Amino acid sequence: MLHLIVFSVFGLVCVAGAVNLLAQRHPINSALSLVVVMGSLAVEYLLLGAEFVAAVQVIVYAGAIMVLFVFVIMLLNAGEEDRTKGSRVAMLFGIPGMLIGSVLVAWVLLEHSGTGNVAVGALPGPPKVIGWLLFHDFLLPFEVTSVLVLIAIMGAVVLASHPGPTQQDKREG
Amino acid sequence: MVPLSYYLVLSGILFACGVTGFLIKRNIITIFMSIELMLNGVNLSFVAFAAQWHALSGQVFVFFVMVVAAAESAVGLAIIIAVYRTRETLNVDRVNLLKL
Repeated sequence: MLHLIVFSVFGLVCVAGAVNLLAQRHPINSALSLVVVMGSLAVEYLLLGAEFVAAVQVIVYAGAIMVLFVFVIMLLNAGEEDRTKGSRVAMLFGIPGMLIGSVLVAWVLLEHSGTGNVAVGALPGPPKVIGWLLFHDFLLPFEVTSVLVLIAIMGAVVLASHPGPTQQDKREG
Repeated sequence: MVPLSYYLVLSGILFACGVTGFLIKRNIITIFMSIELMLNGVNLSFVAFAAQWHALSGQVFVFFVMVVAAAESAVGLAIIIAVYRTRETLNVDRVNLLKL
């Protein structure tokens, strides 16, 4: 019972944060509601017993990635977004469409999925076992990921640091 | 005891919110945040299925998804900075040409 209550409370916080992300017009408010979503998702992971994933979620997602987002929002001095004709059309068709789609998916999952129940802490996964898996069964993907991260770092540095010629420079030169 | 389908429904709602944000938002940074929301929804279903079948590979997959998301956000935000330098706008409706 307590499991269901904690799940529902943090699930509602999660959905409220996601809807608030859509409703807010200033990007910094959207970023802060995304932090709320990620924090409550970390609690859901803890409920499932995935304490390693919960810790990584808080450190990497809510910490590193969101700090990067907030940095960029502050750096570019992003203001409120202006709604255009295209966004009104997308709202008119997108929101009802996604509502219908998600209600359909929820109905199928709740009525016809045939999956069982999950107990508190159902995952028997201490970080030691995950590390063992990572360096034995998933060694090749792990190494490929390190190459990917290296390329991403170099790409980010190249893209962000080199100021390309602006339109004004071209007109003058 | 909570049915597994509740976790999957929560993950589906998060994914739907992400898709809706991708469609209706016009600020390029907020569109990027919607993509992160979709990735989070998928991560939740990975962990829920891992708990259902006692398979730890699901958690390792979530780890890989997070690493790819981190790399993607670093490169994507660098691209956003480059776009802002050349166009001086963040509205995707005004960024409609590949050339300058």
